[in-house]
Amino acid sequence: MTANRDTPTRAAAPNDVQQRRVAVSRSAAATLEGVNAQHIQVKDYSFFYGPTQVLFDLTMDFPERHVTALIGPSGCGKSTLLRNINRMNDLIDGISHQGDIQIDGSSIYDPYLEVISLRKRIGMVFQKSNPFPKSIYENIVYSLRVAGRNKKSELDETVETSLKAAALWDEVKDRLQESAFSLSGGQMQRLCIARAIANRPEILLMDEPCSALDPIATGKIEDLIHDLKKEYTIIIVTHNMQQAARVSDKTAFLYMGQLIEYDETEKIFMKPSEAQTEAYVSGRFG
Amino acid sequence: MFGVQYSVTPTTEHRTLNTEYGLMSTVLKQEKPSSLKGENTPVKPVGETYVWVTAMGLAIGLAMILFLLALILYNGIGVFWPRHVALIEFAEESDTRFHGGTRALGVVVLEQERDVRDLTPEQIASPHAVDRREKQLFMGNRDAFGQAFAFFGAGDIANITYPRHVIRAERMEWGDAIFFPLRIERGDGRTVSADDPEFEPLLRRLTDEAVARRKEINRIERFQIGRINLQMRDLELEDRFFQRIETLTEGDEQAWARVRERIEVLQAQYDPLAERAGALRERQRADTLVYEVVTGQERQMPIGELVGYYYPNQLSVIGKTRLFFAQIWHFLSGHPREANTEGGIFPAIFGTFVMTLIMSIAVMPFGVMAAIYLREYARQGPFVRSVRIAINNLAGVPSIVFGIFGLGFFVYFVGGSIDRMFYDNALPTPTFGTGGILWASLTLALMTVPVVIVATEEALAAVSRGVREGSLACGASKWQTIQHLVLPASAPGILTGLVLAMARGAGEVAPLMLVGVVALAPNLPIDGMFPFIHLERKFMHLGFHIYDLGFQSPDSEAAKPMVFATTLVLILVVVVLNLAAIMIRNHLKKKYAAGTF
Repeated sequence: MTANRDTPTRAAAPNDVQQRRVAVSRSAAATLEGVNAQHIQVKDYSFFYGPTQVLFDLTMDFPERHVTALIGPSGCGKSTLLRNINRMNDLIDGISHQGDIQIDGSSIYDPYLEVISLRKRIGMVFQKSNPFPKSIYENIVYSLRVAGRNKKSELDETVETSLKAAALWDEVKDRLQESAFSLSGGQMQRLCIARAIANRPEILLMDEPCSALDPIATGKIEDLIHDLKKEYTIIIVTHNMQQAARVSDKTAFLYMGQLIEYDETEKIFMKPSEAQTEAYVSGRFG
Repeated sequence: MFGVQYSVTPTTEHRTLNTEYGLMSTVLKQEKPSSLKGENTPVKPVGETYVWVTAMGLAIGLAMILFLLALILYNGIGVFWPRHVALIEFAEESDTRFHGGTRALGVVVLEQERDVRDLTPEQIASPHAVDRREKQLFMGNRDAFGQAFAFFGAGDIANITYPRHVIRAERMEWGDAIFFPLRIERGDGRTVSADDPEFEPLLRRLTDEAVARRKEINRIERFQIGRINLQMRDLELEDRFFQRIETLTEGDEQAWARVRERIEVLQAQYDPLAERAGALRERQRADTLVYEVVTGQERQMPIGELVGYYYPNQLSVIGKTRLFFAQIWHFLSGHPREANTEGGIFPAIFGTFVMTLIMSIAVMPFGVMAAIYLREYARQGPFVRSVRIAINNLAGVPSIVFGIFGLGFFVYFVGGSIDRMFYDNALPTPTFGTGGILWASLTLALMTVPVVIVATEEALAAVSRGVREGSLACGASKWQTIQHLVLPASAPGILTGLVLAMARGAGEVAPLMLVGVVALAPNLPIDGMFPFIHLERKFMHLGFHIYDLGFQSPDSEAAKPMVFATTLVLILVVVVLNLAAIMIRNHLKKKYAAGTF
């Protein structure tokens, strides 16, 4: 299914891409039975910034090795939900939660679980690409180094496989020791993806990974997401309806911290059951 | 004043222009109302008056700094340029006399209007302006004349000549001498007259020999005997320790015997060295230079007293240049003589350098760690905010307060405790319990730590949230994030803080006077004697040296050139230290520069 993918023309003709992607999603959805449909479980989850409640009793499951898109207007809590899966919001003072999030059946809030070991299982790509002020090579191996793995052969291999997986290897293989800042915006974001998967996580969280990129770079990242879902459970937050339709297998629509509708992407975009969802995906509000 | 300018905006103009450019004409109309058509109302240029006000502020500041630097540079460098020696003859009819004679010999260092209160009515009435002027002459020969400088009325001078055979000599004592040479009396009774063509080469050779001998004496006394003295001091302390014990065990007796034996060995080493130094000193007095000062008095001095000499009125430009650099080198590398007014300032340069370095080494980790806790770990709240305000205020505490604190805490409390614990034998002579370079450096470190904390905090805050989150998402702990990403990225900012701290610390004098600076230190804080770094020693400092020269020396007039030269060196030392830090910072900046899209 990836044989006829052709990046430049894809970026140039988004409609064509969208149709093909929808087709791809459908075929992927058909295999849902073979995988763990409850890789990540969100159970009656509420979340508060101080006294302000931003998530209201969310209950949803994210299937293994599929792409789930979180859509909704700004401030609806989709980024908050995403950032709670690897407990990135712990950095903020005055947060609290109710309910639970479980990965493979074990709670991320388990007091015996170290948050670092949780984050090692979860890669994250941010809205604004955030390469470290180091060389390309050091960026990729960072997660290995902080885990105390410094064997040269292992690092070299990780750099190559991660960059290949992020479709960046051919572009940077001759300048791995150069600063990561010498890359273009799209390359930087792919470098961040390569960094996120360097430590072989199970889950990949993407917080609007293409919002700062041009259509060509966006196309490349979307192709990449499509390839990566064979190995990773991907959750992506996006503001771009077409992107959600193109890359995801399942889509959740959040509004004001509530889960309005969560279903197969095709269904959300073609015949949503909620009126709010239809209004949002067709662009009437949000 | 500014509000009226757009009131002349024409309302009809854009219609007269080509409609195709209607949009552009509207823009033009708003920007430059008067340029569209023949408006008769003159429009004031748009008010940027404050450009001038702000530029003036900068210009005044720059002018003051440049003036100060130029003044110091001119006076500080000018000291070393060899100048002609003038033989001044006073008019017979004037009553100006110098030691009864009509002649004076020296370097004209200043010419100025006389203070009107010093003028006689005749001088005020005189048609010649020169009668109201005066010249200051540096004559040297303080031993012969009792003073080195004198003022003479410019109008009383009948004739000025520059005799070629005059010599200006630098001596170990009494400052410079300016004289006419007569003869050299050798130790074996021979005499070489100044008219003899052999005189000049002989004087040169004898002077060089004397300088070499002085170096040798210095080497023996300062290093070899100094080393023995140092060991001897320790042994004598041990000796005293045994003397105090009333009942000695067998082992103690043996140890005491060993100590006394070693004292004798050292004494045996000491005696021949002292003898040799004495012989060299004797040799220094063998040859004598006989000369005549301007009053006609004949004087003599041992050639061993000479540091150097030259014929100021025979020098070519190249010769002067060479002498100029030689004198600068002597000034920078030499040790001070005669209550610091002569010789070099090397110990002060070295002391300033070492003190600033120790201060930086102490202040950096301390300040950076405090800032990391404050910015990265502490829960931001009213308490942390008040701590931050307290730190900022600490930077404004007068430095003398830190000096007093340093004296009370570091010197008396910490130093006293160290003495009681480790240097018990030496008491009541304090070792660490008195001012020293370590306590001075720590006092300054304490004084400058707020600067480093504030700068570091700002640098840490400037590291983007994205990078931190990226690192945490990679499974790094908070400390790993700080260590691998935050600290490297904020290194340039931290070094900026260090530059500021060093600039403040290196130029500080007041607190140092309480905690270890002295006008003349016998030894450098770092030397070739074990344990090489002597943190308990007192030291010299350029800032204190300036104060001591300019305000504490017996002849402040004579010390003035040295004050300027020392000031120049202090500024240069601060500049060099800062430049080094700035270069490291720029290197780091290049390495960790945050890219933009």
